[in-house]
Amino acid sequence: MSIFVKFTIDGQICLAEEGKQLIEAAKENNIYIPTLCNFSGIPPKGSCRICTVLINGKPATACTTKVSENMDIKTSTEELENFRKAVIELLFIEGNHFCPSCEKSGNCELQALAYRYKIMAPQFPYLFPKRSIEAWHPKLIKDHNRCILCKRCIRGIKNEQGKSIFAYGKRGENLEINIDKETSKNISDELAQKCMDICPVGAILVKEKGFTVPIGKRKYDYNPIGSDIEKK
Amino acid sequence: MPNKKKIIATTSLAGCFGCHMSFLDIDERILDLIELVEFNKSPINDIKKFTKHCDIGIIEGGCCNDENVHVLKEFRKNCDILISLGECAIMGGLPALRNGIPLSECLEEAYLNGPTVKDANPRKIIPNDPDIPKILNKVYPCHEIVKIDYFLPGCPPRADLIWNALYALVVGNEMLIPYEVLKYD
Repeated sequence: MSIFVKFTIDGQICLAEEGKQLIEAAKENNIYIPTLCNFSGIPPKGSCRICTVLINGKPATACTTKVSENMDIKTSTEELENFRKAVIELLFIEGNHFCPSCEKSGNCELQALAYRYKIMAPQFPYLFPKRSIEAWHPKLIKDHNRCILCKRCIRGIKNEQGKSIFAYGKRGENLEINIDKETSKNISDELAQKCMDICPVGAILVKEKGFTVPIGKRKYDYNPIGSDIEKK
Repeated sequence: MPNKKKIIATTSLAGCFGCHMSFLDIDERILDLIELVEFNKSPINDIKKFTKHCDIGIIEGGCCNDENVHVLKEFRKNCDILISLGECAIMGGLPALRNGIPLSECLEEAYLNGPTVKDANPRKIIPNDPDIPKILNKVYPCHEIVKIDYFLPGCPPRADLIWNALYALVVGNEMLIPYEVLKYD
């Protein structure tokens, strides 16, 4: 039998199963903790740091923390919100994110977070790094300009043999996520679509598909990211 | 007592005039606007040179050549408040897609090696007349050249966003930013 624990988020008393991922526990209590690298159902990574909250006064990522009795969590302090904004802005300047020409625009979680925080322009200078686009795969495109290295695709996508079809290549500032030639050889259309859907940005695209949903009907055109959790 | 009308100037640097088109999409509110402001240098009224100091300067497009930089600096000198209007002014936009490619490669592709050039340029000239503005090594966001006071993103920025910003500035209210009018595309 599972044990339920009591904890507070921003003063609100919450209940959840002991040991649950804090980000999921908050969701069950209708509280949205913003995140990019976390994806329900796959192991957390804690790489984007956007879900950083204060747990008993100390900062920690809500995706890698398990909830326990009497935890005192703060998520919407001004300092944390400014910190999150800065992380989002850093992601925008670090890559080449040309929203107007991106297939994922309107359905992109990075963009949606920037909308949620009403970021008008990043406070850091743009780096315009030189990045390539991988288009050799028959079904997929990997655009390194847009990749934020959250590792969702590596963690969440496996082929029929249970092997990852994405892997890290290169090192340091040149780090990129590549499509594995062997394990991705015979992927189905459904799996290709799943690859595109698991990517929070437009770094993984299904070939010959894009701009299928008109402006005004896309996921984040009218509904801020997280509003589905908060509305319940 | 009627206040003195605010004076607005606008320009399009390395942009497509889409932001100006979106500005005109404020529709009949333009009648309210001309009650509140007067336009100085702007493509809307075709005034080419500043004839007086302006309160608000609206910049569309980033800086891709030395003429853009010159115009932008003129705007900074002649306007109290500068607004970067649209993705190109804020981050270079689509022209900045060339920023990862060396300038010489861009010019050679455009004038010498491109598939559509063929025999159209038999003397293999890359335009270099001194009257042509010099292209910069990359496309610069406006706020990396001069101080910009406000940013209105979008491609183009929604007409409501432009109206809300201008109205707030002119009458001195806080700007309203409803969720659906702040978009990057």
